Amino acid sequence: MLFLIFLSSGLFLGWSLGSNDAANIFGTAVGSRMVSFKRAAWIASIFVVIGAVFQGRGATETLSNLGSVDALAGAFTVALCAAITVFIMTRSGLPVSTSQAVVGAIVGWSAFTGNQTDYVVLTKIVTTWITGPVLGMIFAALLFLLLRRILRRMQIHVIKLDSIIRIGLITAGAFGAYSLGANNIANVMGVFVASAPNIELNFGLFVLDGVQILFLIGGIAISVGIFTYSHKVMQTVGRGILALTPEAALVVVLTQALVLFLFSSASFSSFLIWLGLPPLPLVPVSSTQVVVGAVLGIGLVKGVNEIKGKTLGGIAVGWIATPLVAGIFTYLGLFFVQNVFGLVVTAKTIAGQMEEVPTEPMASGIYNINLIMPGLLILAFMIIILLVFLFFRQQKLRLKTENELLVHQNEFFNSQKALNELEINAIQMENTMLSNKLELKRQELNTLLMNISEQRAFLENITNQISELIGSQDIKMRDARLKELSVLLKQKMSFSKEIEEFYGQIEQVHKDFQIKLSVRFPDLTENEKRLATLLRLNFSSKEIATFLNISPKSVEIARYRLRKKLELKAGENLTQFLINL
Amino acid sequence: MFSFQQANKSIELIDTFLNSIDEGALIFKEGVKNYLFGNRESFVDNLKTLSALETEADITRRKIENILYTQSLMPQLRGDIMRLLEVLDNIIDMAKKSLFQFDVEVPHIPAELNQDLVKLTEVSAAAIDSVIPAARDYFRNPEKVKEKIHRVYLYEKEADKLADAIKRKVFQEMTNLKLSEKFHLRYFTLHIENLSDAAQEAADMLSIMAIKRTI
Repeated sequence: MLFLIFLSSGLFLGWSLGSNDAANIFGTAVGSRMVSFKRAAWIASIFVVIGAVFQGRGATETLSNLGSVDALAGAFTVALCAAITVFIMTRSGLPVSTSQAVVGAIVGWSAFTGNQTDYVVLTKIVTTWITGPVLGMIFAALLFLLLRRILRRMQIHVIKLDSIIRIGLITAGAFGAYSLGANNIANVMGVFVASAPNIELNFGLFVLDGVQILFLIGGIAISVGIFTYSHKVMQTVGRGILALTPEAALVVVLTQALVLFLFSSASFSSFLIWLGLPPLPLVPVSSTQVVVGAVLGIGLVKGVNEIKGKTLGGIAVGWIATPLVAGIFTYLGLFFVQNVFGLVVTAKTIAGQMEEVPTEPMASGIYNINLIMPGLLILAFMIIILLVFLFFRQQKLRLKTENELLVHQNEFFNSQKALNELEINAIQMENTMLSNKLELKRQELNTLLMNISEQRAFLENITNQISELIGSQDIKMRDARLKELSVLLKQKMSFSKEIEEFYGQIEQVHKDFQIKLSVRFPDLTENEKRLATLLRLNFSSKEIATFLNISPKSVEIARYRLRKKLELKAGENLTQFLINL
Repeated sequence: MFSFQQANKSIELIDTFLNSIDEGALIFKEGVKNYLFGNRESFVDNLKTLSALETEADITRRKIENILYTQSLMPQLRGDIMRLLEVLDNIIDMAKKSLFQFDVEVPHIPAELNQDLVKLTEVSAAAIDSVIPAARDYFRNPEKVKEKIHRVYLYEKEADKLADAIKRKVFQEMTNLKLSEKFHLRYFTLHIENLSDAAQEAADMLSIMAIKRTI
């Protein structure tokens, strides 16, 4: 339990490494939205853990050689101070390297405890701070030239290229994550190696020893960092320093993966020795600095510098400031831990040491825990959970689709309903119009009927009077009565009532015309307006004469007067003028 | 994500789209010639074909847009690509509208202008013809774009000169024409000339996009 509490500072360091360095691997891909963050986080986490557990030992040994932090409290302080340094430097916007912080912290520990710092190892490590970025630069330039040549030769369509690069970014990202785990786990867990528990976990396919378990825990801390905090960093990095074309981004990620891999692969070192070349030291290098080197390399090939002087200056400051700050912090931290809490920070005997903190029980034997059955059980359990999850997701999707279908149907019904209502309204309007028309016709019929009966009564009256006159002998009286009858008939012939009705109807139908006429020619008399209306209906003078019960000559005169009032010129047609009005 | 199916489909659609624009330029050229030489039936045929091509180009462009955005292909480039396709689509739109204006307004074109207008149409269509290969190269070989688009600029300049000459001729030498007829001729010259300007706009876009893509 105590071990876990002391380990917490290492886990904190792992967390900050995950949140910062994962951005170098998937920053461009996520920042440019080519790969979703979730997918990137999963791939990075899995491969970081694999790299850490299976290839983390090489770089860790070098770090242990620098200064073997042999007490748990010392390791705790070293990791904590390194983590705090990383945290503060990141906050102040400097590109920080966890490796430099850890190295600085270890040197600080050595200085405090009086342990001898191995200067050969220190030189080796410091050299890699320069060789790392330089190697990155060379690799990136070469890879970039190669990629450019291939792309120019193959002439791949930009859309297809996009898909290929996406796959490339994910693959290189996975490789990068593996290398990051292998190389940088030393930073996170290196100082705790001396206090690793003596346990072996047997998973059937592979066996994890104490150090590897430590690395597994560190790897998980890095993963947590990736999941919880790296999204924001990826967005910043993807749009800042790594705002490159996808092709260049692929080269950068691949370069970083390669360099980190080379600095952590023991087999590559032995291969170099076999070739008679000096081996690369297995040292944790800063992924950020390799990336900067790679971007510089690409810039050299393209003939443009994509890294600003300010960035380079920041890196230079980081190179010096990070180890220095970490060293000073550690020195102060150890002083505090030793003198305030009275904890042992080194196995070496120091004067004034107060209390011995028990490190893990260093038993002679190694506890071998068989995890084959539990592993299988966990696997089976996970498969069941996955199946249940898939089943429920399927159900949810089905329900969602059904719901969407229903919503669509509902919308369809609603629009149909609205359409039906419109149709009903139209039919109702038509019905109203028809019933109005019917009413009008009925009235017309009534009028006609009344007219007929009136005419009949009038004619009967005339017939009776004529019958009376036929028998009469008094010629004088007969003449007078006949005259009366003639006047009566003439009066009737003027059809004044019918003509009034006719005009009434015409005025109703040509209301617009009447209004226009009155507005434009306010001087027109009622009779002239009637004449104009009849002319507009294209009646001849003769017909108009009959309607108006005047002679055709009078119609001609009226027409002439109307022309004058309408101010028509000699050539203009009166009827056409009235129609066009 | 690992399937090339959608990528291949959108590549095919982009090719179809560019073909439509290319054919559109040819049909437009034929249409104007047929109008000028009084082949009414062929002109109406050209108009129908161009109209169909324009609709097809619109549909294809929307399909491409849909695939690029729903499959989140090329998040960095798709905005540029969609804008390029819009500008190219605008060319065929303009060509169709122009031909429709011939059909609706039936401009009176004096016979002595026929040759000049044919030449202007050919130069404008050549500007469009030259921008299409440049667009195709953008997708596969962006370094070649620059070589191709200088032709577009050349044809555009030629079209400007020809259009100027026609307008000068109409307003200064053809005194027998009514002012309304002169205006009408000016507008139709402008419509044809505008096509080369639209091609130039696409070329401008392509040159910037190609720089962005050059690695």
